[in-house]
Amino acid sequence: MAITGALLFLYVVAHALANLKIFFGPDALDGYGHWLRTLAQPAFGYGGLLWVARAVLLAALVLHVTAAAQLARRARKARPVGYAHRATVQGSYPARTMRWGGVLLLLFVVYHVLDITTGTLNPHGVPGEDYRNVVADFQRWPVVVAYTAAILALGLHLWHGVWSALQSLGSTLAARRAARIAALAASVSICAAFLSVPFAVLTGVLR
Amino acid sequence: MKLTLKVWRQPGPDAPGRLVGYPVDDLTPDMSFLELLDVLNQRLILAGEDPVAFDHDCREGICGACGVVVNGRPHGPQRATTACQLHLRAFRDGDTITVEPWRAGAFPIVRDLVVDRGALDRIVQAGGYVTAPTGSAPDAHAVPVPKADADTAFEAAACIGCGACVAACPNGSAMLFTAAKATHLGVLPQGQPERATRAESMLAAHDELGFGGCTNTGECTAACPKGIPLTTIARLNHDILRA
Repeated sequence: MAITGALLFLYVVAHALANLKIFFGPDALDGYGHWLRTLAQPAFGYGGLLWVARAVLLAALVLHVTAAAQLARRARKARPVGYAHRATVQGSYPARTMRWGGVLLLLFVVYHVLDITTGTLNPHGVPGEDYRNVVADFQRWPVVVAYTAAILALGLHLWHGVWSALQSLGSTLAARRAARIAALAASVSICAAFLSVPFAVLTGVLR
Repeated sequence: MKLTLKVWRQPGPDAPGRLVGYPVDDLTPDMSFLELLDVLNQRLILAGEDPVAFDHDCREGICGACGVVVNGRPHGPQRATTACQLHLRAFRDGDTITVEPWRAGAFPIVRDLVVDRGALDRIVQAGGYVTAPTGSAPDAHAVPVPKADADTAFEAAACIGCGACVAACPNGSAMLFTAAKATHLGVLPQGQPERATRAESMLAAHDELGFGGCTNTGECTAACPKGIPLTTIARLNHDILRA
């Protein structure tokens, strides 16, 4: 859980930073997309390394979801009869939303790939014209609402996930408040980076 | 003071159980929660009914025998307090209180509110001790222990094995218990040689007994009557990864 989560977290950080290229104009973003495909081209061919990365991410995701499903199944078996009176959350709220929040994120990832990667659900949907695709998306408010909800779910997921991974890996850092603060700071900055794009489109900063 | 209790009644391990309502009056705010159950039982006995079975022993918060889930919270609404040290002033006159046993597959119900917590003993039997005979209590300072380590060990050793962590955990995990029992030995010199293998075999027993996996939700720490911190689990994880 912690190791696959860490891999996916690193990807999310890279993705959030890459998204900010949109503020440098269409050439910066579209050029970046093109550059990703030409990375190590002599060895892997055009877009080859990208497929390697996708395969690794997909494997991490499958293992992550499998581990989550196993934990959920064990939890159900460990408490065959539930409580009649369910108490309010005493521990961490984001921790209690990990499973259903994770399912929500999974659905979003499917939509997001169909929208941005394949362009199937994108109103512009021209491969290589990433800037125009993104702007066309966020000019529609239902897309912005769905995207914002998904990013906030991601924020909650990472807030608990980053800290929990440190705890599971027995980090001595977890013994201190610093780990909790680091996890919160990471999740807030990632949310801010992701959300800056749709709101820049909505307010007309990007057009 | 008058309270209405909804108590889980189950005549035996395999018999079906249900919540039964009992109005109890003539209570005082300085009665403990167990005294409330005593009062109820006296009246049930006088009426010729079966008293409610519940575990208790020292009634001073140090033995770990008592423990019921009060309104969904193990040991009731007060932090770092066992059910025997919980007083009726924590409730309001006229409240309805739901009283349930610890709910876990590894803790089969014996009767009413009594569960068999033998699974916790079996986790300790799997390695929660020092194998080498260490003799009688050594002279103080014969083995130097840094103050910080002594404090950490003592914090973990405060675990009374009541099982509230399991009752509170949404995953039904006994990780806080296991971590406390591994840590109070692992950070001391006598426990060092077997530190990693101890953690590994105790966790293996924990999983085999049917407890759930830890997802660091922190409900255990919130429910623990001894306030054992979640960092204890990080230390156990650290030891397991070293094994």
